[in-house]
Amino acid sequence: MSTTTDARREAPAGERIADWADGRLGIYSLAKANMRKIFPDHWSFMLGEICMYSFIIIILTGVYLTLFFHPSMNEVVYDGSYVPLQGMHMSEAFNSTMHISFDVRGGLLIRQIHHWAALIFLAGMFVHMMRVFFTGAFRKPREVNWLFGFLLFVLGMFTGFTGYSLPDDLLSGTGVRFMEGAIMSVPIVGTYLSFFLFGGEFPGGDFVARFYSVHILLLPGIMLGLMVAHLILVFYHKHTQFAGPGRTNKNVVGMPLLPVYMAKAGGFFFLVFGVIAVVAAIASINPIWAIGPYRPDQVSTGAQPDWYMGFSEGLIRVMPGWEINLWGHTLVLGVFIPLVIFPLVLATIAVYPFIESWITGDKREHHIADRPRNAPTRTAFGVAWITWYMVLLIGGGNDLWATHFHLSINVITWFVRIAFFVAPVLAFVATKRICLGLQRRDAAKVLHGRESGIIKRLPHGEFVEIHEPLDANARYKLTAHEQYKPAEIGPTVDENGVARKISRTQKLRAKLSKGYFGEGNQIPKPTAEEYEEITSGHGHH
Amino acid sequence: MSSQENSESLPEAQATAHGAVETAGDPFADPGLPAHKPRIQDIDERAAKRSERAVAFLFFLSMVATVGFIASYVIFPVDKIVFIFPFGHVSVLNFALGLTLGVALFCIGAGAVHWARTLMSDVEMPAERHEIAAPPEVKAQVLADFKQGAAESGFGRRKLIRNTMFGALALVPLSGVMLLRDLGTLPEDKLRHTMWSKGKALINMNTNEPLRPEDLTVGSLTFAKPEGLEETAEDFQTQIAKAALMLVRIKPEDIKDKRELEWSHQGIVAYSKICTHVGCPISLYEQQTHHVLCPCHQSTFDLSDGARVIFGPAGHALPQLRIGVNDEGYLEALGDFEEPVGPAFWERG
Repeated sequence: MSTTTDARREAPAGERIADWADGRLGIYSLAKANMRKIFPDHWSFMLGEICMYSFIIIILTGVYLTLFFHPSMNEVVYDGSYVPLQGMHMSEAFNSTMHISFDVRGGLLIRQIHHWAALIFLAGMFVHMMRVFFTGAFRKPREVNWLFGFLLFVLGMFTGFTGYSLPDDLLSGTGVRFMEGAIMSVPIVGTYLSFFLFGGEFPGGDFVARFYSVHILLLPGIMLGLMVAHLILVFYHKHTQFAGPGRTNKNVVGMPLLPVYMAKAGGFFFLVFGVIAVVAAIASINPIWAIGPYRPDQVSTGAQPDWYMGFSEGLIRVMPGWEINLWGHTLVLGVFIPLVIFPLVLATIAVYPFIESWITGDKREHHIADRPRNAPTRTAFGVAWITWYMVLLIGGGNDLWATHFHLSINVITWFVRIAFFVAPVLAFVATKRICLGLQRRDAAKVLHGRESGIIKRLPHGEFVEIHEPLDANARYKLTAHEQYKPAEIGPTVDENGVARKISRTQKLRAKLSKGYFGEGNQIPKPTAEEYEEITSGHGHH
Repeated sequence: MSSQENSESLPEAQATAHGAVETAGDPFADPGLPAHKPRIQDIDERAAKRSERAVAFLFFLSMVATVGFIASYVIFPVDKIVFIFPFGHVSVLNFALGLTLGVALFCIGAGAVHWARTLMSDVEMPAERHEIAAPPEVKAQVLADFKQGAAESGFGRRKLIRNTMFGALALVPLSGVMLLRDLGTLPEDKLRHTMWSKGKALINMNTNEPLRPEDLTVGSLTFAKPEGLEETAEDFQTQIAKAALMLVRIKPEDIKDKRELEWSHQGIVAYSKICTHVGCPISLYEQQTHHVLCPCHQSTFDLSDGARVIFGPAGHALPQLRIGVNDEGYLEALGDFEEPVGPAFWERG
């Protein structure tokens, strides 16, 4: 007994604190599993980190802003230090945002960090999502985490929208008005939804306070929970890695959390924060003092939402103004159809992992990230989706395109209307061809080696280029990807000559599988025999 | 680490176990993890010292920047604007605070990353993965436990309890739904009416004075509000969101629509300023063609032809307000709009 207490007393203070915590929280078991956890290294794996850090920065700066912001639509007359707006009628929300920007020291900086970080958060999530998509990192066991991430992106969009609407300035108020018009287009219940959201007629005196609680509590609360779940799953599944010598589907190769990733990831938080702070110092964002307070009867030209809402703006701008009046009711298709397509555009990319796993019928776990070229159909689909999104972004800024490039707004609108249907198809075809071309090049590299750029003249006068053979590591890396064989329906009659029942979904699946993995849709990997033949042939030359 | 738990790691033959997919195997054998290549810092102590100094310098720079932040906060007045090339006129306080904070943060990050990259071990090591799904015996145990628990609850056997519980749980959220009722008033016919009514004078939005026909010249665009609507009124925003009016004067012979001409006064036509698409105020007027354009979504209306839509996403023409002149020679409304202004909705008809 006395010896154990002695040993305890002799232990260093840090260990004694850890013992105390372990007895209550079980930290040693937790640390055993995680302290030296291995993370693989690749530049694209930091995209998710950017999102996480900008989210933390948003929360920190957001809490600061709540100390000064008044979420009220009570009308006041401005008497702050910004002379051009003195004497103007405005809501308390706008007034307090002016106060933050001009009278609180550092308030403008924190406001600008908050807004810039929000833009970077959304952009980071978009790029991170595309990284996961194009490397097939959404495959089993990560489908649920893909959905968590997708939800974070969608909720981030709405948190951003409710956030930039809070200052009640002319630009954001116009965006809120647009939202009201869109809600009103919903058949049967549209006007009721709008009246319940705004506490009566637009704009009323309630929406800033309501958006405020949604923006600072409801949505970020859900997002924080989702982000924690997202991270827990990343830890639990262990990170994906690219194929390479010694890197298999059954291991993860990299460096340990303590100390390398503590320093790298911890340091990266400060890098992200530092860069955003500098951006906020030199680049002004949402200068509400230049825009002025919201008035439903006023507007400025070139009104644009924040970038992540741009594609919905594109939908609403290019849709023809269809309206059907029947039996005393109006079906506002010109607004309602864009409102329906808006979530569909997002859902298209969200459900893709489930479609792909149905086509491949693959029930295995996948921890090796694909190179995009080695999944040509998936890559083509992804590029088609991005093209779709970008076409809508062009539509959302059709007035800016018109003024900056001296184009006709009508022509741009028509271009977007047609490109909405045509551009994704073209992008799909082009991307697939590029991927197949790159696969051929990889195969040629494996079999014939790297072009060295050295020209050799043979004794009989012929010029040949010397190809340097790849080393074993590079050769393995280029051929380590899996190639599926297309699913077969099997014979249409069984051994007794009786017609087998083949469901339509089976047929569809076989067809899609052929489109993914059939002849001409992927370039067969070079075989060891081919390689033998060519390399031994060189010896005889 | 996890390497001791090999028995749980992903089985070699996982691919064939399910038999659902066929894939081509790897043509070349895995050469295994390449040997670690030492960095200059691993073999040269002087290089390692240089890296150490670089990291320490970055951390020191961060401290200096934080002192700079505090100094800037104290020194620079909040309202001082200076010209800084190439950023233009900026708030000197915002500029100084942002730069010093940015440098202070960035240097901590740069120091930590440089430390990790040059001085911490960069030996790559493998860790085993384990299949996420539980082994069959664990699954069997869980299912057995669940069945036992379910049986002990009597959930399946005592259907009366189960059904009434479902009923109670299904009904109880209704209270929450009821509580949402007072979020807003009901639409009723509020969207059909504006402040305009017979005899209300048209007040110039800019001068706050009643308008006379002679105030409006051909080719000009004027915004108006109804008499009695003051900016200080509590419901000003809500009223102006519906009542905002735009006036243009067109030569009567240029007006193509018969009703438009009837509702005008000496070629002065009054239309709702609120776009029928999603409610933006229309503000761009082309005097030659009498087209107006909504700057938000580019719906274009022809004011000389009943304000019909000639381009863009709007679904119907702008509502026109019938106007005339009162005894004192001021423009006045001859009634409210005959159809709802602003975006279309289900009950509009």
